[in-house]
Amino acid sequence: MEFFQRFAIPNPSLAIYASMVAIGLTVIAIIAGLTYFKKWGYLWREWLTTVDHKRIGIMYLISALIMLFRGGVDAIMMRAQLAVPDNKLLDAQHYNEIFTTHGVVMVMFMAMPFIFAFMNYVVPLQIGARDVAFPRLNALSFWLFFFGAMLFNLSFVIGGSPDAGWTSYFPLAGNDFSESVGTNYYMLAIQISGLGSLMTGINMITTIIKMRAPGMTLMKMPMFTWATLVTNLIMVTVFPVLTVALAMGTMDRLFGTHFFATTNGGMDMLWANLFWVWGHPEVYILILPAFGIYSEIISTFAGRNLYGYKSMVASMVVISALSCMVWAHHFFTMGQGALSNSFFSITTMMISVPTGVKIFNWLFTLWKGKIRFTVPMLYSIGFIPLFVIGGVTGVMLAMSAADYQYHNTMFLVAHFHNTIIPGVVFAMLAGLTFYWPKMFGFMLNERIGKWAFWFLSIGFCLAFFPMYITGLDGQARRMYTYSEATGFGPLNMVSFVGAGVMAIAFALIVYNVYYSVRYSPRNIGADPWDARSLEWATHTPVPEYNFAIEPQVASSQAFWDSKKKGHELFPGKLEKIHMPNNSGVPFIMSAIFFVWGFSMVFSLWIPAIISVIAIFACMAHRSFEKDHGHYISVKEIEETETKLRGAN
Amino acid sequence: MKIDHSLPLEYSTKQNGLNIFGFWVFLAAEIMLFATLFTSYFTLEHRVGSGPSGAEIFEITPVLIETLVLLTSSFTIGLGVHAMRIGNKKAMMTFFMVTLLLGLTFLGFEIFEFVHYVHIGAGLQVSAFTAILLTTLGTHGAHVTFGLFWGTAILLQLKKRGLTPETANKSFIFSLYWHFLDVVWIFIFSFIYLKGMM
Repeated sequence: MEFFQRFAIPNPSLAIYASMVAIGLTVIAIIAGLTYFKKWGYLWREWLTTVDHKRIGIMYLISALIMLFRGGVDAIMMRAQLAVPDNKLLDAQHYNEIFTTHGVVMVMFMAMPFIFAFMNYVVPLQIGARDVAFPRLNALSFWLFFFGAMLFNLSFVIGGSPDAGWTSYFPLAGNDFSESVGTNYYMLAIQISGLGSLMTGINMITTIIKMRAPGMTLMKMPMFTWATLVTNLIMVTVFPVLTVALAMGTMDRLFGTHFFATTNGGMDMLWANLFWVWGHPEVYILILPAFGIYSEIISTFAGRNLYGYKSMVASMVVISALSCMVWAHHFFTMGQGALSNSFFSITTMMISVPTGVKIFNWLFTLWKGKIRFTVPMLYSIGFIPLFVIGGVTGVMLAMSAADYQYHNTMFLVAHFHNTIIPGVVFAMLAGLTFYWPKMFGFMLNERIGKWAFWFLSIGFCLAFFPMYITGLDGQARRMYTYSEATGFGPLNMVSFVGAGVMAIAFALIVYNVYYSVRYSPRNIGADPWDARSLEWATHTPVPEYNFAIEPQVASSQAFWDSKKKGHELFPGKLEKIHMPNNSGVPFIMSAIFFVWGFSMVFSLWIPAIISVIAIFACMAHRSFEKDHGHYISVKEIEETETKLRGAN
Repeated sequence: MKIDHSLPLEYSTKQNGLNIFGFWVFLAAEIMLFATLFTSYFTLEHRVGSGPSGAEIFEITPVLIETLVLLTSSFTIGLGVHAMRIGNKKAMMTFFMVTLLLGLTFLGFEIFEFVHYVHIGAGLQVSAFTAILLTTLGTHGAHVTFGLFWGTAILLQLKKRGLTPETANKSFIFSLYWHFLDVVWIFIFSFIYLKGMM
């Protein structure tokens, strides 16, 4: 029995027991359902072993939506706890766990897979490629992310959630102050999914640099592809820093080293620096693809070329460079001296310049355009003013002297949610609506979608604008309660109401999916939005090989030119197409990573060592395997093409 | 797969070109990994707590031997790739084997060095300095160890399948990896050992 005691939850509550039951029932329901409908083979053949970038993209999308729900429930619980002064809904420990998992889940396991979903699905189509450069590595990336996310979520029911904040600052995150295994989960789960992100970075850079369709020079790439390229360059640059930081943190916790300890020469601020050297570029990893999606959508629904293409590209490159030079603004108050603070203050303010350039470019794209107010467009237009508010408060925070007032208050919380929600979340929902027909062959209902947009925007303003005020008045973040005398009560209640309105918006989006699955027409053709770039030039649903004939590109709006200016997109003739084979190894290897992570969390060395050996065995298997892929013959392509043309 | 005979064997298919390019990007990530370790090392270098400092534990002789052995292995793998380019499989395999043996020698010395450090009271848990020292050296050493297994796997495939576009591609990528480990070692030698002994 003693062996099993380590798996117990250190701070149990009714909510956790209820979740355990819910998780158990869900797993049973999924297994029973798959067995009853005899779908195990289908699941394995079509999804778990797939190396198709489109299917991997869809799996990222589904994971992101599930994690959005998990992170959203955390958010609602936090707002409920703070809604009234001296609330007893949650205790301090539970609140700590919730704000920690909310942050990690939303950044690492919601926003990241969401952008990966679009990168995977859209980029190869936009550049006219058949797949990514390393399809099997791509599958491995996804499954590493997936099992990393699973490991992290497991902490909730086995061993206890991490409770040191999503930044996990030492010495708080050390063994002395975080006794449960929660922070072990944090270190290892993010490590595993971070490896996946690094591999995606390598994959996407190679794909975009090496596999573009003939004629598509770098400066003729669609803007989302450019955003993806710049994003992945940042990812390859900064994820190794996180890898090292997490490895050191893991060693401090599991092997008794003194990297970040306060004794024997350890330096807690080294963690803070390393974390933010990754962490600040990370927010640009999230926002740049979002900018890319807005660029596509605004140009499509304004019916105009994107204004200032070159300055759009240049500003992204400048942002990517600056993003690696601002990390210390996260701890202006921690005493690194006036010179450092001034440096990081100035670099931080400088980021607003290229970002401003982008904002004006979008506005000029709208100027004199024939704007169609579709759901994706509503999100994109709503994004501009709301994001500017977040940007302006960001410049306020960048002033290091004034930061002593804002630091670690709700003002900061309001600021970064004000950039991430209208910036990233709006873009993801816009992209979801925009690319939905390409992915699934029918549109999401516009009327429900518009309702959801308005609920989300208004709910967002209600939830987060009051925090600016309470923050300036001194309400600290990460405090589980406050007294009535502070006077923060009414505004926090407004925030709670806002959170509720946002929850309604997400419920509407879920209902919209259900409604559209049932009632949306299926005969929408390949280009329902009258769009501009190559992903709309192929059939819906997209065939396995993407394009029967490799497209020829002459501008950044190749498809638009082919529709309006008679540009010939597919001048070649059909040839047999080489495609990669499916493989179960990425799934199995990532599952072993999960076992490794779990064993490490609980210091179970023997299973940990066995899993490491098994991981290397998987790699050896890959090395010795003879896998030359397969060909799709011209006859098969013709059959598919005829069928798909008939469908449209 | 289409084979383009105008290019060297390791670049001769489209996938081969992608693999090499992708590996260069991976090496960029590896540079960031080691750069982070070096940065942390410089930060923690003098934070020895109650443990020994670098000047007290570093010894030049084994380190010089390690350096010579590893640099020679970089030369021999270069000869191996040259032999591959002129299609001499036997010479290529010999040079690769010599490379791996030199790598093994290096590793032997490094393990001996680690045991020695632990023995004289400079183990992983002693201070921030020893932790980052052993982690930086250990990360490099783990890369060499991985390289030994990887290189052996490639040798076995060369023996069984001969010089094909695939085996040539793997061998070439492995040589990039091996050279990279040498470059890292030069930094370790200069900025950890020599700087520490000054």
